[in-house]
Amino acid sequence: MNMIYLLIGFSILLALIFLIAFFWASRSGQNDDLYTPAVRMLFDDELTPEQEEKSDEDHA
Amino acid sequence: MTEKFHYDNKIVRNFAIATIIWGIVGMTVGLLIAMQLFTPSLNMGSQYTTFGRIRPLHTNAVIFAFVGNAIFMGVYYSLQRLLKARMFSDVLSYIHFWGWQLIIVATAITLPLGFTTSHEYAEMEWPIDIGITLIWVVFGINMFGTIIKRREKHMYVAIWFYIATFVTVAVLHIVNSIELPISAFKSYYVYAGVQDALVQWWYGHNAVAFFLTTPYLGMMYYFLPKMAERPVYSYKLSILHFWSLIFIYIWAGPHHLLYTSLPGWVQSLSVVFSVMLIAPSWGGMINGLLTLRGAWDKVREDPRLKFMVVGITAYGMATFEGPMLAFKQINAIAHYTDWIVAHVHVGALGWNGFLTFGILYWLIPRIYSTELYSKKLASFHFWIGTLGIIFYAVPLYFAGFTQGLMWKEFTPEGVLRYPNFLETVIQIIPMYMLRALGGALYLTGVIVMTYNLIKTMKAGKLVANEAAEAQPLPAVYVPQGSDKKVHRFLERKPMLFLVLSLIVILIGGMVEMMPTFTIKSNIPTISSVKPYTPLELQGRDIYIREGCVNCHSQMIRPFRSETERYGEYSKGGEFVYDHPFLWGSKRTGPDLQREGGKYGNAWHYNHLYDPQTMSPGSIMPPYEWLINQQLDTTTTRSKISAMRSLGVPYPEGFESKANTKLDAQAKGIAADLKQNNIKVKSDREIIAIIAYLQRLGTDIKAK
Repeated sequence: MNMIYLLIGFSILLALIFLIAFFWASRSGQNDDLYTPAVRMLFDDELTPEQEEKSDEDHA
Repeated sequence: MTEKFHYDNKIVRNFAIATIIWGIVGMTVGLLIAMQLFTPSLNMGSQYTTFGRIRPLHTNAVIFAFVGNAIFMGVYYSLQRLLKARMFSDVLSYIHFWGWQLIIVATAITLPLGFTTSHEYAEMEWPIDIGITLIWVVFGINMFGTIIKRREKHMYVAIWFYIATFVTVAVLHIVNSIELPISAFKSYYVYAGVQDALVQWWYGHNAVAFFLTTPYLGMMYYFLPKMAERPVYSYKLSILHFWSLIFIYIWAGPHHLLYTSLPGWVQSLSVVFSVMLIAPSWGGMINGLLTLRGAWDKVREDPRLKFMVVGITAYGMATFEGPMLAFKQINAIAHYTDWIVAHVHVGALGWNGFLTFGILYWLIPRIYSTELYSKKLASFHFWIGTLGIIFYAVPLYFAGFTQGLMWKEFTPEGVLRYPNFLETVIQIIPMYMLRALGGALYLTGVIVMTYNLIKTMKAGKLVANEAAEAQPLPAVYVPQGSDKKVHRFLERKPMLFLVLSLIVILIGGMVEMMPTFTIKSNIPTISSVKPYTPLELQGRDIYIREGCVNCHSQMIRPFRSETERYGEYSKGGEFVYDHPFLWGSKRTGPDLQREGGKYGNAWHYNHLYDPQTMSPGSIMPPYEWLINQQLDTTTTRSKISAMRSLGVPYPEGFESKANTKLDAQAKGIAADLKQNNIKVKSDREIIAIIAYLQRLGTDIKAK
């Protein structure tokens, strides 16, 4: 059960590492373009046999 | 400049049909076993259809056959379109599909025959385990091959979840299948007792995490935006909850072993991480539900969106309830009861089931180039399915609380109020009936869906190869602006992503398992604990074969209510020779860890022959064949030497004398039975299982 001292220490260290990583990531401008990844997948380039040109709207 | 190619829809159609067929099969078996609990005659007097043998058939069918095929359907559909590339290899797709169905059929045949490892959701014996590994590798090559030849540079969030699923299931399956075979369909785990329990539940919980959750989150991230024609709510949130989910989930496994002989520090770790898990899980739910911002009017009109909304909400419910159940105080009441079964099914019927149905209703008309046959029938399915979930879960909540609290109740004089376990079972039988009604309603919905989709497929024509066109990737890619940032960089690097995910998911398991395996003080040795005799070992294997562990636990928790009812609480050192462990996870019947010596041999004989004669009102099925079947002692030799190689200290050369000792012990029991007017030959299976039951828990003497 003495293991718990090591584990608590290790967990706090790990949590701190994640916290620092989070702040570094947000400050380093990762959040400049938050739009593209979400909408990129909505545009499919599916072709029906009748269609020649590329469509950039998904069909319901 | 653009390349023309085709998406493979045939493989998607194949997986979709398999999903529907196995869904009906798996849920029908589920309905049958639910009914067996209040109508024991539905065990049908045959060893092949007893609850203990076919409950694992239900669990494996709904998890690997229904959900499994649904995952592949969803992944094969979405992966191609997100990457703007056809699957890497049509041959591999074909092998993957038929290989997976073969695994399912092999499981369906072997489980009722009693070929089982006893590890929950991994009961398939070693040849099938090898098959699973091979097909999973085929899946991986096909998936990563497609990712590598993609025309869309950045991997969408759904693909991160597919990658994490692939790598983690591979690790889980391999570690939880390290078995020493002793014959074509029998093996022993290399782990024993406490360590085996830890491996099993690290696996079991992470099967939930990485087979039932992460692939479905991936599918949610693809299909929901498509259905609602709305972008996902938050890219930032998807990054945050993805990495935290896959990191935290792994640690939660031991919450299935609270108050058992698992070392306390592992239990506590799992509780803490289980509670932390609420955040990333709800991150997924929030991202899903808020995607519907501005589109809620569509939910009103579209049954598919209704399925998605209720499904995601059920996910939120289950991922709140789970962490609550992981609190030790709550777990003390809930563990071994039907509350856990209710919790499982809120997630399974709500999240997995409903998302699968929503996706099927959206996807089938599309690949058949037609409209859904009947929106009304789909709506009916939604409502009857929702009703089914409610009738399933609510009665079982009642059953769980009622039984859990009855087990714990003392009279003012200080003795158990319900000393007869059977009384607590009879109390909840009406709840079992309502639960079966819930399941029947749910299954009805699935059958209605099947009709609807068959009509749809008949009205349309499969677009087996769907034409598509996209630019190939540029030879040189120069990242601009946000593309230079860390996570966006990672989204372009599938192999690095795979390795990082692997590292992240390995951490929890290593921290929890390595000290348990290597630091001896975690499982204090008890000198009076000795290996099983050859006869008891054979009996133990019969216990495993019949699936007794599905209804009976062998782990007495350190509560006064349990020590009064069952005897001294279980110590880790008592299980060191148990390959595999048999702690169980449900008490449909009483705990058996200290069964040894409680009843005479004659009682056990009569009880196994027909439980109702010894316990009127019992729902346990009869085991008449144990009296007719001869014990197969040709395996004794290989079992003893296998156990020795796994570390059980049988003396050298013991296997040559093992059958002699076995016969002597068997004759002793037969003679004792004869004294009680029971005539049975000493070479029958029932003698072996009586020997095993009489040994249980007798190695230590309580004060």
